[in-house]
Amino acid sequence: MNIKENIKKLIIEKPLKLDCGQTINHFPLAYETYGSLNENKDNAILVFHALTGDQFVTGINPITKKDGWWSYAVGPNKSIDTNKYFVICANVIGGCMGSFGPSHEDPKTKKIYGIDFPVITINDMVNAQINLLDFFKINKLFAVIGGSMGGMQVLQFISNFPDKAKTAIPIACTSSHSAQNIAFNELGRQAIAADHNWLDGKYNLKNTVPDKGLAVARMAAHITYLSKKGLQEKFGRKLQERDDLKFGFDADFQIESYLRYQGSVFVDRFDANSYLYITRAMDYFDLVKQFNGNLSNAFKNTKAKFFIISFTSDWLYPTQENKDIVIALNAIGANVGFVEIESDKGHDSFLLEVPDFLKALKNFLDKSYDEK
Amino acid sequence: MKSEYKIITNIIEKNSRVLDVGCNDGTLMEFLKTTKNVDIRGIEISKEKVQICISKGLTVIEGNAEFDLKQFPNNSFDYVVLGQTLQAFISPEIVIKELLRVGKKAIVTIPNFGHWKVRLNLLVKGTMPITNSLPNNWYNTPNIHMCTIKDFVKFSKIINFKIFKSLALINRNVSNINSSNLFFKNLFGELGIFLIEK
Repeated sequence: MNIKENIKKLIIEKPLKLDCGQTINHFPLAYETYGSLNENKDNAILVFHALTGDQFVTGINPITKKDGWWSYAVGPNKSIDTNKYFVICANVIGGCMGSFGPSHEDPKTKKIYGIDFPVITINDMVNAQINLLDFFKINKLFAVIGGSMGGMQVLQFISNFPDKAKTAIPIACTSSHSAQNIAFNELGRQAIAADHNWLDGKYNLKNTVPDKGLAVARMAAHITYLSKKGLQEKFGRKLQERDDLKFGFDADFQIESYLRYQGSVFVDRFDANSYLYITRAMDYFDLVKQFNGNLSNAFKNTKAKFFIISFTSDWLYPTQENKDIVIALNAIGANVGFVEIESDKGHDSFLLEVPDFLKALKNFLDKSYDEK
Repeated sequence: MKSEYKIITNIIEKNSRVLDVGCNDGTLMEFLKTTKNVDIRGIEISKEKVQICISKGLTVIEGNAEFDLKQFPNNSFDYVVLGQTLQAFISPEIVIKELLRVGKKAIVTIPNFGHWKVRLNLLVKGTMPITNSLPNNWYNTPNIHMCTIKDFVKFSKIINFKIFKSLALINRNVSNINSSNLFFKNLFGELGIFLIEK
């Protein structure tokens, strides 16, 4: 954990009442920024990360030493141009990159929280992050942007703070986690719980990690981020460094080897209990229910300009679920644009080099910024 | 700037709320925004065209007018514009009714199939007419419900909507259509432009 001590952290003193009923205060919110805030403080963009993301949006992640998760989209002259905009991203609470999470010590018991950490919701995440605006003395963000769980945070943010962002870009997301979404998350959680090293979440005490369970969770989830066509084109039935089937259970196929690799690198950078907490937050997300079945009411007080983006091959957060948000916004005459991007890269499209997507994002942002 | 767009722009009042159905590359939307300061939205079926609109800073939704108009509440726009696409819908009747539900008024333009060149083309050649404004063959045309100016006037009586203003475009000149000149306008008009209401 020493390496994480250099992470920028905002200590939030103000009490935050969580949806679960508990109140937290004096807790850390880890964040990173890119670009610089202009004099008018009107060029700030708050980016929300997805399930396994963190605050290190672009450039080299100082912890993993790999490219930031949104390097294709964020950086100098990129779609979210850091020469022009001031980009802020915080690690969600419940996460494991410095923000208050289950691997932190409970000040009362002096023990690592584990699953005694309070259950966090998307609402709690954005309520924690609003403190960043005060910290940077920003009255109104130019944009809130995020894909997947980041998109859910965009929707919740606008609903909670209708006049705190000029534009909102929820990408490849939903207003209400579907049964299928919950099912896949539960599969991941059960894989972690089934690892005998999980120890009911107390693995830190025994200096062990449920890495096998977490790797299986990641492997299963990773499949949901890709499309059948994309997988078929990339891997097909190609064999892994062998000429023929070995009639055993090693990774004969490239896809097996690929998934095992994805699982193994994930456990080095992610905490199993955080995975449980964050997937739970996603499952609990239901903005439709929060507004008694009428999603439009979530946005009735905002003048924010929305731009909603989905991808043709995303079956985890399909176009129709994104369009439902468009419909809810049109029903109240909100300013909303929408495009479905052609891509066979599945849900992961928003993280990858998909030129039509990157172009649309850039054009929308730059044109909206010029409009003021 | 197409004469058609100028005529549409002349009809639309300043500072009104407009929906451009089938907004294409957003040319009309941009023109209306700058000249009439309208609050304008577009729907466009083509992803490429939507991208062009976004690059112009226009608020456009990718969608199909035949199915996606239903998300808009009643009377949510002062004007709904449908430029030269009525003939491409499976059910023009449903589309007209939707336009007039969503908009207080609608502006519909139709390429006139009653134009003398079209008639002559069919009479002389005996094959489906191909003209500048109707460049496709019968088997690959998106225009599955062609009509004439006269047909559209009759249509207003059949499905019961009011025509407030009807204009014909002839050689870039615009003129009014009325019951006494309908025969001639239907023969010489290249385009019919109608301002309609429930």
